[in-house]
Amino acid sequence: MTKDTKNPPIDRVDGRLKVTGGANYFADFEIPNTAYCVIVGSKIAKGTIASLDTKKAQNAPGVLGVFTHQNMPPIPGWDAPVGGEADGPAPKPKTEETYRILSSSKILFDGQPIAIVVADTYERATYAASLVKATYSKQTARTDLQKHVAEGIAPKGADGGNYLRGKPDAYQAAPVTLEANYTIPIEVHNPMELHGILAHWTGPNTLMIYAKTQGVNATQQAMAEAFKIAPKNIHVHAEFMGGGFGMGLRTWPQETAVVAIARKIGRPLKLVVNRSQMFTLVGHRPYTVQTINMGADQDGKLIGIAHAATAETASYEDFTEATVNMTKFMYACPNVSTRYRIVRLDRSVPIWMRGPGEATGAFALESAMDEMAHKLKLDPIEFRLRNYTETDPEHNRPYSSKNLKEAYQRGAEAIGWSKRKNEPGSTREGDWLIGYGMSTGTFNAFRWEASARVLLKADGSLTVQSAVTDIGPGTGTALTMIAHNVLNVPLNRIKVEYGDTSLPKAPTQGGSAIVSAVGSAVFDACTSIKQALIELATKNGGPLVGRQADELTLADGILSILTEPKKKVAVSDLMQANNLAVIDRTKESKGGPQLQNYSMYSFSVHFVQVRVNPLTGVVRVTKAVSVADSGRIVSPKTAASQMIGGVAGGIGMALTEEAVIDHRFGRFVNNNLADYHVAVHADVPAIETIMIDKPDPIINPMGAKGMGEIALIGFAGAVANAVFNATGQRIRDLPITPDKVMQKLT
Amino acid sequence: MNPFQFTRVTTPKAAISAVTKEKGTYFLAGGTNLIDLMKREVVIPERLVDINKLPLATIEKTVTGLRIGATAKNSAVADNELVKKYFPLLSQALNAGASAQLRNMATVGGNMMQRTRCAYFYDNSMPCNKRSPVQTGGAAGSTERFRADKGQANGPTGCGAIGGFNRMHAIFGASEKCIAVHPSDMCIALVALDATVNVSGPKGDRKIPFGEFHRLPGDKPQQDNTLQPGELIMSVDLPTNRFSDNSHYLKVRDRASYAFALVSVGVALDMKGNTIRDVRLAMGGVAHKPWRLTKAEDFLRGKPATEANFKQAAALAMQGAKGYGENDFKLTLAPNSIIDALKTATKTA
Ligand SMILES: Cc1cc2nc3c(=O)[nH]c(=O)nc-3n(C[C@H](O)[C@H](O)[C@H](O)COP(=O)(O)OP(=O)(O)OC[C@H]3O[C@@H](n4cnc5c(N)ncnc54)[C@H](O)[C@@H]3O)c2cc1C
Repeated sequence: MTKDTKNPPIDRVDGRLKVTGGANYFADFEIPNTAYCVIVGSKIAKGTIASLDTKKAQNAPGVLGVFTHQNMPPIPGWDAPVGGEADGPAPKPKTEETYRILSSSKILFDGQPIAIVVADTYERATYAASLVKATYSKQTARTDLQKHVAEGIAPKGADGGNYLRGKPDAYQAAPVTLEANYTIPIEVHNPMELHGILAHWTGPNTLMIYAKTQGVNATQQAMAEAFKIAPKNIHVHAEFMGGGFGMGLRTWPQETAVVAIARKIGRPLKLVVNRSQMFTLVGHRPYTVQTINMGADQDGKLIGIAHAATAETASYEDFTEATVNMTKFMYACPNVSTRYRIVRLDRSVPIWMRGPGEATGAFALESAMDEMAHKLKLDPIEFRLRNYTETDPEHNRPYSSKNLKEAYQRGAEAIGWSKRKNEPGSTREGDWLIGYGMSTGTFNAFRWEASARVLLKADGSLTVQSAVTDIGPGTGTALTMIAHNVLNVPLNRIKVEYGDTSLPKAPTQGGSAIVSAVGSAVFDACTSIKQALIELATKNGGPLVGRQADELTLADGILSILTEPKKKVAVSDLMQANNLAVIDRTKESKGGPQLQNYSMYSFSVHFVQVRVNPLTGVVRVTKAVSVADSGRIVSPKTAASQMIGGVAGGIGMALTEEAVIDHRFGRFVNNNLADYHVAVHADVPAIETIMIDKPDPIINPMGAKGMGEIALIGFAGAVANAVFNATGQRIRDLPITPDKVMQKLT
Repeated sequence: MNPFQFTRVTTPKAAISAVTKEKGTYFLAGGTNLIDLMKREVVIPERLVDINKLPLATIEKTVTGLRIGATAKNSAVADNELVKKYFPLLSQALNAGASAQLRNMATVGGNMMQRTRCAYFYDNSMPCNKRSPVQTGGAAGSTERFRADKGQANGPTGCGAIGGFNRMHAIFGASEKCIAVHPSDMCIALVALDATVNVSGPKGDRKIPFGEFHRLPGDKPQQDNTLQPGELIMSVDLPTNRFSDNSHYLKVRDRASYAFALVSVGVALDMKGNTIRDVRLAMGGVAHKPWRLTKAEDFLRGKPATEANFKQAAALAMQGAKGYGENDFKLTLAPNSIIDALKTATKTA
């Protein structure tokens, strides 16, 4: 029952709460008698703690305890995966090291917690933390991936990091060939809201947690395993999140430690880390080096692509992501090989960051496509069209939907692509060089299992419930729209409740999957309510007795006959007549086996215009157009906001973001928001978003695919391609800072 | 952060006597730099003397030009009609600095006194001679910053930036002790415009030519400037000039706003037709002090505004420049920026 009309743009349902301060984030919650804790981090990246002096800290005013590896309360499930992945405790492959917070004197990464200081106020805890003194016996830390690329290991898993279609080296014999290396630096999510947790043992075995998590059920599960208590005794609340971008996709060890310490001291305990700790305690986009070999014939048909990526991970945990995946299915190319390796370094473990590995891979692939188009003297869109594929060449099956050609066309029109000259460096405005670039992005469209409860009350109001958190994409708004579309209840009578484990179970907010997953459950629950209403109306003795369901229409609380609008009954009367105060449905929803017959992806196309100053190398993005092909758009306004946010992140990835390590010390030298440059307003031009907005007939009843990731995936490539078009110079190492461009131009 | 005492004064005299009387006492103006340094334990004051209530926030015409009070906010100076009209370079430089929120708090005196942004200076687990000078006895801003309860030296000595992350660092006038730069934008305009600093101290009042206010690191990198203990900046004087039609502040940075300069250039010219009658040139992001380009100025004076002349001037300006690895690009970026700024200021296409 795919809706075939576009949805109206509605305001974000929680917008007012957010701008008036009415939305409560985890740190806003106050529980009487709460204590505060501050983490003391290691100042070396590898070695052991030689001595740890906590006496002064212990004696400082207000201090309730100083916890180190010498006195950390035991965590009963410590042998189980503490801080397991959000989606459940995926068994971790064995690494030589294990990291258990505050369990030994061994230092595995810079900033590793060596003490947690607890006091009656945050300020006192902060001061006392500064009194903890450690000495170390230091070992040489391996933190520079560039120096250790050769040590890459194949990740555990089915394909061992390798994929092959056709011949691995077919590109070599092609008439036109390309080999290029690309680098992505460490990027840090850096949402505005800092990471932390508020833990409150409400009884000896019952726990209340306010967390900064992208999944309350996942946090509940992780804590249940760590403390060996039943999940139902753990209540997790995370309704709002001040940005996640992936850093809340797992339960971090320090969260578990705070829960353990709260139990020990017998008081609610709050942790809010500081900004520099955001660089070491909650993951990052891994430093990744990539090589692309590509071969094409003179007509611009791809003959072969080989894509190799090597990324950093921690010594104590293997983190992997889908960096090379896009290359496998994006273009009609008979010979494709990919290779993915990880290198265990003395670094804290990475985690997915928006667009995750796909964004890293897309930068390389889409830059290479542009380089090849240039070699072939083809327009970059034309080159992509010559290698366009209507079926997925990786899995040999159709796409559930793909409107990418239309996306190319509409984006090109909007940016004014016809003004682009294929010869680089040939457009000037005053002293500035002008260039246009484009690139493609794609990401899996998932259909995960989720549940939702919907309650229709006799007064005509509707409540939608799901445990899912809204990390900002507008989940609440989208669910409101979905419920409205089925039951036609006025928007202002629909309330969405979410972000709490007391509500029906939902997956972690991530992978652009929530509208599809939770939305489907809401759809099903609403549909079931509608059916119930129809049954009540048409049953014997009902006001519309004998009528068929498809003769009826439901709008604004009135059920009526489509062709005879006078024949109608108010839903409230119907419920009253049947003594029903509420109709209450909970539905679990997951895709059927027929989904296996399709490849389901969302697609995006990004277009940018840049200005480059040939003397200073300064690059400014002056126009951006992003097109999303992600099925039916459920909530056009919040969807556009998603795209805008993705583009802003993409500008940061392309031009400014880089966390820098001084490898002599293994420590960051720009771990603050003044020196780690996220894009600011002045970097971000007006962004035009275009939604193809055609329903996917396969994936779910709304026809909606995800769009959070595709908003970012590919964007950095579009900028690099535009810089090339402006200057004739190719920057393959992100970010594209003025020094890199200037040096190539002078 | 560490506990400290806080007092508020209403007269310069009281302020000066408060910091002279007891060691470890600091003036607090906008707090945008000092508080950060306290949080990072680079500076650990015993006492802060709030000078925001001093009657020093005025901007007024004088017989010789303009006097700007030391506690005038950066945003107030940037938006002042007299400044915009007669000293547009200063207004542009201020607006190129920090963010709107910071400029609303930051003061003229605090801006001059702000410390370097060198990462090694800020992280007291890393070596830094500016933060942890080799003790030669009683140097200003040394051990007194460290209190008994901390029981620690102020981190290792040495220069972390040499051989390290020095992309932002100096290419002029550095020493083997320190290659940090002074981060201010405002000061580039002030040094170009021949400002004078009025200070008042326990030994009375004195005037410091702006170019002599900041100093090169030499073997005392802990001393950023020539202000003496207890001295309070009262105001800055700007002499009248004929530069208002041809001024430009160019700031090359990693993002369009809210980033420190890789290189910045302040240009002010007095043009007669296409001839440069007089010129002031200064650069930021290249030295431990605002870097005035007198050789380039001398060369340009009396010459026509042509790209060829700008190139020669830039080459003269670069004499003696030296890179430290990651900042080698500045050896090209700096002259390019001088040329670009001159072109913009003279409206030479
Ligand atoms: C994130 C960030 C980005 C920034 N970006 C830029 C930038 O791009 N460009 C730029 O130029 N600046 C930048 N700044 C620095 C900013 O300009 C300074 O922090 C500010 O000017 C300091 O002024 P204040 O009044 O807040 O000084 P405070 O922090 O109050 O004081 C700084 C120092 O000056 C001393 N002091 C203050 N007033 C006097 C006085 N009258 N006499 C003697 N001593 C005095 C204090 O004792 C203290 O030691 C940035 C700062 C931050 C935090």
